[in-house]
Amino acid sequence: MNADFTKEELAFQHEVRNFLESEFPADIRDKVDRNIRLSKEDIVRWQKILNRQGWMAPNWPEEYGGTGWTPTQKYIFNQEMGRIGAPEPVAFGVKMVAPVILAYGSEAQKQRFLPDILESNVWWCQGYSEPNAGSDLASLKTTAVRDGDHYVVNGTKTWNTLGQYADWIFCLVRTDNTAKKQEGISFLLIDMASPGIKVNPIVLMDGSPEVNEVVFDNVRVPIENLIGEENKGWTYAKVLLTHERTNIARVPYTKRRVNELKSAAASRADGSGGSLADDPSFASKVAELEIDLLALEYAELRTLAAVTVGKAPGPESSILKIVGTEVAQKADELFLEVADYDALPFVPEQFEAGFTGAALGDGYLASTALDYFNHRKVSIYGGSNEIQKNIICKAVLGL
Amino acid sequence: MDFSFTEEQQMLQDSVQKFVRDNYDFETRRELLASDRGYSSENWNLFAELGWLTVPFREEDGGFGGSAVDLMVMMEELGRAMVLEPFVPTAVIAGGLISELGTDDQKRELLPRIMGGELQLACAISEPGSRFNLANVATRAEAQGEKVILSGSKVAVLNGSHADQLLVVARSAGSQLERNGISVYLVDAGAPGVKRHGYTNVDGHGAAAIDFDAVEVSSAACLGAPGEAYAALEKVVDRATVAVASEAVGALDSLLQKTVEYSKTRNQFGVPIGTFQALQHRMADMFIECQLARSIVMMAAMKLDSSAGDDEKAKAVSAAKSRLGRAIFKVGQEAIQLHGGIGITDELDVAHLFKRVTAIETLFGNTDYHTRRFASL
Repeated sequence: MNADFTKEELAFQHEVRNFLESEFPADIRDKVDRNIRLSKEDIVRWQKILNRQGWMAPNWPEEYGGTGWTPTQKYIFNQEMGRIGAPEPVAFGVKMVAPVILAYGSEAQKQRFLPDILESNVWWCQGYSEPNAGSDLASLKTTAVRDGDHYVVNGTKTWNTLGQYADWIFCLVRTDNTAKKQEGISFLLIDMASPGIKVNPIVLMDGSPEVNEVVFDNVRVPIENLIGEENKGWTYAKVLLTHERTNIARVPYTKRRVNELKSAAASRADGSGGSLADDPSFASKVAELEIDLLALEYAELRTLAAVTVGKAPGPESSILKIVGTEVAQKADELFLEVADYDALPFVPEQFEAGFTGAALGDGYLASTALDYFNHRKVSIYGGSNEIQKNIICKAVLGL
Repeated sequence: MDFSFTEEQQMLQDSVQKFVRDNYDFETRRELLASDRGYSSENWNLFAELGWLTVPFREEDGGFGGSAVDLMVMMEELGRAMVLEPFVPTAVIAGGLISELGTDDQKRELLPRIMGGELQLACAISEPGSRFNLANVATRAEAQGEKVILSGSKVAVLNGSHADQLLVVARSAGSQLERNGISVYLVDAGAPGVKRHGYTNVDGHGAAAIDFDAVEVSSAACLGAPGEAYAALEKVVDRATVAVASEAVGALDSLLQKTVEYSKTRNQFGVPIGTFQALQHRMADMFIECQLARSIVMMAAMKLDSSAGDDEKAKAVSAAKSRLGRAIFKVGQEAIQLHGGIGITDELDVAHLFKRVTAIETLFGNTDYHTRRFASL
């Protein structure tokens, strides 16, 4: 039993690190370092660079543009991306809709949609949650009624992330009102330019324009945009959830945050002539966070080791989501503590690209309260942590 | 990266599981607890026959290999059944010190007897007020010609009441908190001036407070060179820490499993209490704690077996013990609470598991101590 990478894996790590150091654009890196929100252009530019290298879609089959990497190589890739703060490709296209198209789409759908995802020509967003269908997603009410060679879609989707940039949306829609709620759902791809779609921004408490409500008013969708069979959409969406568990713990990201936290604390006055890093009570909280992160890292490695020998990641991986979000939120909390009064000015526009005014607060620390507010989402989205616990109880503990 | 067991480790695990299944049900353990020694000498002989007592030792010393992962595999299974035999004090700590510090003659003399099950040892480390600081040694070792005179008081000596021989950590030079000047002496437990006050810990394991009143030993009783034992002591205690941490991982698993089972059979309000979400989520939290504890203890065991530096290894052990400590409180307390009244009785194994893991939280440094040690390294 050992946690060492092989010589080949170390060489791969070296290759990835070299690539990222030279190809991750300096201006984007600078924004990440200063916590400036990335623009759509930044994100697309970076994804196109990844794609030129052939690294846009590590999880896809090689024949469609995947990398053919081993699970350990994918892990290393994520680690190196997180280490320098390079953003992962936006998940909705490459990690969420594409695997469903790959698994259940027709050959024509694969040819039509996958290349544009790989090349970041088309931006996808997600239409799952509804105002009255959150944790109980299967109770969704958006309808798709067959009319000739079209579906007519009516309803409202919500918590739609970055839909303001999106060209297409993948939706779970109800195609049968008479069946059991999970069995009347279909998986439909919809062009955001279709007449009858309205995107209403939802302003979050940190002031960020991150999510939207998407209203469908008699939107006509060609039937060839249905994935797989009618009324099988719930099964497709669920399969996707168990397969897309890579990097769910986000250990590299939080490690980076903790390193920033420690260096911020070291140069932060404690108000009594010393540095905050030397405050025993603060130091002990940081140590506990680092220890939690280490435990999480090895819990993830255990899952990876199981995948490496051909086992599917079990429902145990729900703990990676729960603990991963808890430690990330704990780091946010400690940042607040480091920033003291510098966290308080509410000037969200200073974190938007193109802000030309004078920044308020001490650089990175000025965004700590906003991060703290914004990141409350992580224990809510992707199946809330309570839903993850339900999964553990049912699938692992047999309760 | 490879997290699978070797064939030998798999066999070791099977062997311990079989022993525990055949010889260590709760009633049998209860009888052992009530016996004079508090454990079974027959079991100890069986441990020797099965080769378990060789597990902590290197091949060149005649052992199984001495890897921390081997120890982890074995201790986890012993932990599930709360095995009482003093494997850690004799084989891991005392055996480890002899293996690390002893001269070739001392190793040849002592190690085969340990591995053969003929020798029970205890290591007298802690002193009143020293808490977990291994360098805090007031017990003196004064050289007088060919002899050395040991004077001082030791507490919390695990296996101290029944050991045939004692390893005594004493200061041959330096001031009370200095790392330099610490030595380890082999002392016959019946030597004049050795006053043992044996007792049983809350977890059923035997221990002793021992006074050394001008105890005379030969200078040849020192393991290796005098005054240079600290680094080995820290290393051996770190290995013992991983051993008991692995034991706790097994015991915590047992606590979770028993709690989940109980919640499925205990009916209140006309339904099994395990159907209540308020309780289900608490068991999910226990599961998470068990998984994190297991993960970080594995990390520490692998780190001890790696080529990492001393500080990195020590840091890994402290990370593991610190995180484990939190899991111990959480899982232990929740197991009792979810069992309700029956959980606080002596009748159920749950309370005994709770007592053992609570003792392990303290052993070789509690949660707070290891959090601080982690931060300082």
